[in-house]
Amino acid sequence: MENGEIPENANEHCPGPQSESAGKSDDCQGCPNQEACATAPKGPDPDLVAIAERMATVKHKILVLSGKGGVGKSTFSAQLSYALAAMDFQVGLLDIDICGPSIPKMLGLEGQDIHQSNLGWSPVYVESNLGVMSIGFMLPNPDEAVIWRGPRKNGLIKQFLKDVYWGDIDFLVVDAPPGTSDEHISIVQFLQATGIDGAIIVTTPQQVSLIDVRKEVNFCKKVGVPVLGVVENMSGLCQSLVDFRFIRGTGTDEQIDVTEKVLECMREKAPELLDLVAISEVFDSSGGGAAKMCTEMDVPFLGKVPLDPQLCKAAEEGRSCFVDQKCWVSAPALKSIVKNLLAANQWTEETAMNE
Amino acid sequence: MENGEIPENANEHCPGPQSESAGKSDDCQGCPNQEACATAPKGPDPAVIGNVQNLNTIMFLLPLLFFDAQLKAELSLIYLVAIAERMATVKHKILVLSGKGGVGKSTFSAQLSYALAAMDFQVGLLDIDICGPSIPKMLGLEGQDIHQSNLGWSPVYVESNLGVMSIGFMLPNPDEAVIWRGPRKNGLIKQFLKDVYWGDIDFLVVDAPPGTSDEHISIVQFLQATGIDGAIIVTTPQQVSLIDVRKEVNFCKKVGVPVLGVVENMSGLCQSLVDFRFIRGTGTDEQIDVTEKVLECMREKAPELLDLVAISEVFDSSGGGAAKMCTEMDVPFLGKVPLDPQLCKAAEEGRSCFVDQKCWVSAPALKSIVKNLLAANQWTEETAMNE
Repeated sequence: MENGEIPENANEHCPGPQSESAGKSDDCQGCPNQEACATAPKGPDPDLVAIAERMATVKHKILVLSGKGGVGKSTFSAQLSYALAAMDFQVGLLDIDICGPSIPKMLGLEGQDIHQSNLGWSPVYVESNLGVMSIGFMLPNPDEAVIWRGPRKNGLIKQFLKDVYWGDIDFLVVDAPPGTSDEHISIVQFLQATGIDGAIIVTTPQQVSLIDVRKEVNFCKKVGVPVLGVVENMSGLCQSLVDFRFIRGTGTDEQIDVTEKVLECMREKAPELLDLVAISEVFDSSGGGAAKMCTEMDVPFLGKVPLDPQLCKAAEEGRSCFVDQKCWVSAPALKSIVKNLLAANQWTEETAMNE
Repeated sequence: MENGEIPENANEHCPGPQSESAGKSDDCQGCPNQEACATAPKGPDPAVIGNVQNLNTIMFLLPLLFFDAQLKAELSLIYLVAIAERMATVKHKILVLSGKGGVGKSTFSAQLSYALAAMDFQVGLLDIDICGPSIPKMLGLEGQDIHQSNLGWSPVYVESNLGVMSIGFMLPNPDEAVIWRGPRKNGLIKQFLKDVYWGDIDFLVVDAPPGTSDEHISIVQFLQATGIDGAIIVTTPQQVSLIDVRKEVNFCKKVGVPVLGVVENMSGLCQSLVDFRFIRGTGTDEQIDVTEKVLECMREKAPELLDLVAISEVFDSSGGGAAKMCTEMDVPFLGKVPLDPQLCKAAEEGRSCFVDQKCWVSAPALKSIVKNLLAANQWTEETAMNE
């Protein structure tokens, strides 16, 4: 990365357009970019200066990453933002998932537009202290696929960082897509000069997820982003027994729904069963789950969040899970994780002092 | 895509290297590729000539190598011809896509491959998820290496009629992140298609990462000349997933890949009641595990409860789920697969879910989907005729 990005049409051993020998080395012979590299000025990207100005009013930047997709990263980013806003912090939430932007839906902001002011692009505000930015607000038709290669995605991410006016905020939460590719390399490149407090990595308990999380942890180590901690999501389904359906029969054609009869049976014969909570592991954690992986990789383990159908519903409907008691399974776990995070980084006292 | 791929270092409003105004428009001023674009020949996508079957074509192309500025472009031409040759022995190509990550696409690809192999088809499974390759684990092939022969790279065989290729086999350290930008990922995908010797196979199942970006554009570009039978799109029931699936369906329509159908995965957790744990108390600190007592209570007072199966919706399908979306978008709905902890376990352990009865919840559903797929495309009779 020091010597600039290697262009797609460059020769095989391209030294990099920003290197000293760019355009002049033997490997540059015949490369279509040779002349441009030999004559172009080397130096830092001027856009980075603009980004630094925007980020000067942002106290803390947190990346939310995952190795694997579908682990609940955006759900976590959304609920983290709600939690921080509820604690009276000023929060910005930036969605850099260009192909699959989930954040607008999860904050109940579908259909909103981005407005521009003389200060720049204005985030869309869910609450007065929680502003959101996503490509989701820019798509005329939400069903239209965003079929972009890496460079174009990078361009938009840079533009988000350069043009969005966040104002004075305590936390900028950046929700990334899964993986370790263009978006991740770019966001680190663009923000590193101004300081990234760290990354939270979300995973589920099973081994296929943990394999990818290990890669993500190693990505962070490689690019110099501190790992604030790992969250294990979907850590077992937890639901009141009476909220299940019950069936007899094992073939797909022979299923008979017997829910009513079962509840009646319980009421008559064993009423003590009615207030039970049933837990199913769902995603096999016999490998030790995320906690064990954190010990092995020497990164903090922030906590587990159960698989809570009510949390899914809250995400679908764009609500905070902390507002009512519906998410009694998952909200306490999330709250505890946020508190761990703030305490471990000593962010609570800092803001209290500033008030 | 008509106007060629926009190079990474191109100007912002690049018209595309293959467009009429390439190198000549105002937007081209100052672009490093300006001269090359202005002088390079325009023409139909080289992939169109990929139908050629033999090496004589490459000899024909050799004179073009004298033009330095076009060297890279012409090498691409050769790659595409080589890909066409490899794909000539592949009867059907199926892409497995999803809009959203984590919906069970790789699990589905693995089990689909197992199912087809069990039906005595010759199957190849190509994993083009470069950053998060799950396929080796799901087929029980972790730690395997790729061997080369004079015919090319050899897939890793799970069974004699099921071969697998993935970057997962090439990583010296499985924990090491593959931090590659798009162009490098494209290069590897191209190499997989060019260098892997599949032999005569009935199905090539291509497992893609989620989204609609480099890998997806590339795999379609590289394979389209040789024909893609279609794409299966995997989703989960909730709306955040369906939003992304709609995008994926539109991607397929836009690039001309038929949608073979949509699979709704994790369609409700289905588990024997006695396999649950039971607790009392709602706060995280007050939970008391009462599983043993509960089972005893059931045995004594209501033994008819012991052979019940409990279903939880988990992922809200009140929006109508994938079936409704398929009707709206006029694409086939292939079926639902329940969320089955035993299927997760089988995936973790690299096993087929069809071999024993453990996956009694999900295996019938998967089998039914595979049969629907084969019937709808009339692929069963074809192979039967060839035997």
